[in-house]
Amino acid sequence: MTERGHDWLDSDAGPVVRPYAVTGGRAKPAVGAFDLVAFVVSRADPGEPNLLPEQRAILARTSEPVSVAELASHLDLALGVVRVLLGDLLQQRLIEMYEPEYDQSVGPLRPDDRILKAVVNGLRAL
Amino acid sequence: MASERSDGHVPLAVKILIAGGFGVGKTTLVSAVSEIRPLQTEEVLTNAGIGIDDVHGVEGKRTTTVAMDFGRISINQDIVLYLFGTPGQDRFWFLWDELALGALGAVVLADTRRLNDCFPSVDYFERRSTPFLVAVNCFDGVQKHSATQIAKALDLDPDVPVVLCDARDRRSIKDVLIALVEHVMTLKQVAA
Repeated sequence: MTERGHDWLDSDAGPVVRPYAVTGGRAKPAVGAFDLVAFVVSRADPGEPNLLPEQRAILARTSEPVSVAELASHLDLALGVVRVLLGDLLQQRLIEMYEPEYDQSVGPLRPDDRILKAVVNGLRAL
Repeated sequence: MASERSDGHVPLAVKILIAGGFGVGKTTLVSAVSEIRPLQTEEVLTNAGIGIDDVHGVEGKRTTTVAMDFGRISINQDIVLYLFGTPGQDRFWFLWDELALGALGAVVLADTRRLNDCFPSVDYFERRSTPFLVAVNCFDGVQKHSATQIAKALDLDPDVPVVLCDARDRRSIKDVLIALVEHVMTLKQVAA
């Protein structure tokens, strides 16, 4: 995907493969929510059999927690595509997901006061 | 599905949105404080531009790519702050909806030469009750209008802070972000 083997195409030309070809045309993940700032942690080796190269790349990138947005950016894949790939990996229990706190009735929770204070202190210390 | 935080290594993510008109300096602002080079995440939209995007001559084009810039600030070992620049075009509101979910608040970056450009952002956050402040980007270091004049021109609620900033300056943007978080804390106290 990021290989530069062709003289007549550069990254500005866009992907040679249509974005959702990687997912077999699926636009929605099989399971999971995958918030932009949810963290992904791999629990399998990238050498795991029967994976797409893109899924191996995800596993290789997530030995430490990485947010969904950062992952998509590093892999240069559309967010929706990454979500489908993550859904498959989650279903096969090859990754763990840490979603932001969520309340069924309210939706995602905004940070509480303790967190806000920590953020202010952290910013001041920058 | 693992949703509980089983070890101490997965940080908590906090989101702040950076909104404002096209070319007002959102990416510059993110670069000024981000510990990483601003990244871009892209979403591919199918059919979203039909009737809006001029596809004359490229009728085969059925998808549009929307890019969102973002940056990261590690607050401490447990908290990571993400700054997301909202896509400029109005028709990508649905992406704003996702960005605004659970966000701590928003910075609306304004340029006094084109103050109108930030109206849609102000409207959006008012409607969604997302806490926000207006940061006026003083490009040339010259402050042509007072914060009060700008608040009046934008018809802001009296409690919405208006601050002056330089989007290129790390210290200045740090102060803007601190002002936003403090504003959010004040709102919570009023509500409580």
